[in-house]
Amino acid sequence: MDHFTNPRNVGEIAEASGVGEVGNPTCGDIMRIYLDIEDNIIKDVKFKTFGCGAAVATSSMVTEMVKGKTIEEALQISNKAVAEALDGLPPAKMHCSNLAADALHEAIKDYVAKQQSGK
Amino acid sequence: MRRVYLDNSATTPVDPEVAELILTYYTTKYGNPSSIHSFGREAKKALEDARQQVADFIGAKSAQIVFTSGGTEADNMAVLGTAYANKHKGNHIITSAIEHHAILDTCLYLEKQGFKLTILPVDEDGLLHVEDVEKALTPETILVSVMHANNEVGTVQPIAEIGKLLKGKGIVFHTDAVQSLGKIPVNVDDLGVDLLTASAHKIYGPKGVGCLYIRKGTRIEALVHGGGQERKRRSGTENTPGIIGFGKACELAGQRLEADAAHLKNLRELMIKGIMETIPDVKLNGHPTERIPNNVNVSIRYVEGESLLLSLDMNGIAASSGSACTSGSLDPSHVLLAMGICHEIAHGSLRFSLGRANTVEDIDYVLEKLPGIVERLRAMSPLYDNERGCNSCTLKK
Repeated sequence: MDHFTNPRNVGEIAEASGVGEVGNPTCGDIMRIYLDIEDNIIKDVKFKTFGCGAAVATSSMVTEMVKGKTIEEALQISNKAVAEALDGLPPAKMHCSNLAADALHEAIKDYVAKQQSGK
Repeated sequence: MRRVYLDNSATTPVDPEVAELILTYYTTKYGNPSSIHSFGREAKKALEDARQQVADFIGAKSAQIVFTSGGTEADNMAVLGTAYANKHKGNHIITSAIEHHAILDTCLYLEKQGFKLTILPVDEDGLLHVEDVEKALTPETILVSVMHANNEVGTVQPIAEIGKLLKGKGIVFHTDAVQSLGKIPVNVDDLGVDLLTASAHKIYGPKGVGCLYIRKGTRIEALVHGGGQERKRRSGTENTPGIIGFGKACELAGQRLEADAAHLKNLRELMIKGIMETIPDVKLNGHPTERIPNNVNVSIRYVEGESLLLSLDMNGIAASSGSACTSGSLDPSHVLLAMGICHEIAHGSLRFSLGRANTVEDIDYVLEKLPGIVERLRAMSPLYDNERGCNSCTLKK
């Protein structure tokens, strides 16, 4: 509940190293995660979320979990781990928690793609 | 913290006068109405008085009221009971896309058993068109079920006109009046219905009690068999305390109908005006005039309903939403979708349903808190900055 009331790291990063977005309006949850990566380390992370309370809380939690981690470590973070860090979510809400880690992984994928294309 | 209850379409508090009366029938007048001794007779008398009170409130005769466990059971009895009693005559049922699930799911259940089902559309205000009912009629049609007022958006349907259309055609006409009872006049003859569903807990009565009005000569097959109570239409020992509370609630609602409606309408208009003036990108859902006096339903664009509800709740305000997350399914309100509102905007819908106890101060409090909540959620919404998505519909007005 605390992560819904006072979500951490809300916002955008202007020149993000990677941006990941998952979800769609049909299911009612859209999550976007911005990463600032330097020397393989996640220096900063921000998010924007359209979704229920659990979606906001998982977004906030995942950003707290990855800050200062390496890309490899960040890729290890699973949806389950995010839910556990929040001391669990109701079963009906597990699809929301799936989004947070997915958005993070998408953002990393975006970063890797950008690196490979030489930007 | 101030607590403001604006979810009266979900349920209402029991009127203290009703609650006090109910208690008597648990503790001192506890007889079974089917017993022949004085305890039973005392309960039976009170039960029949309550039946009269309910009947009077909807312009019916007491023998035409069958008490049930609530609106859902009455809806099931209406749909299934009519279908089973008339299956020799035909197998076609007509209903609308915005019915309560107690009707829709029961109709779909019958469809699986081989009945033919027509689900009529509604317009963008949630209004059903009488011509659509007329066009859907076939020689096989045995039942038309259309709700009086919609529970989510409050739109009042042209029941009396449908009643006129169906008169003399030998088709059973049912309306679910759970949300209209106590808000606007409900009279079975004026509406021209054969069956009508009502519920106690939406009109300051107890939960777990409702009734089905059955016009004389309308055949209904019983769903619950046993001791033959309720003229063999619904077996099982009557929920005497609840029924007596329902009767009293009807009596009180009858006395207060006009005053309640005027009070609710005043608050409703205040609230709609306040929201529209203080928050940009908001759409009023439902019909602008043909709506029950206690319903405010708005879509607040770029934010999600459950987040709104949680934030309101933290400020002591109770409302409800058509968001998927509040229903446990992935799809948002079937009512809003039927009205042509896209998923994204349906997810941001918010229903405030006002009640007798609400005050102007309550509304002022919501209007003071809501804009800040919306602003906070929009600030974290990825939809707000780039106005992306949603090409299928646009905000009107």
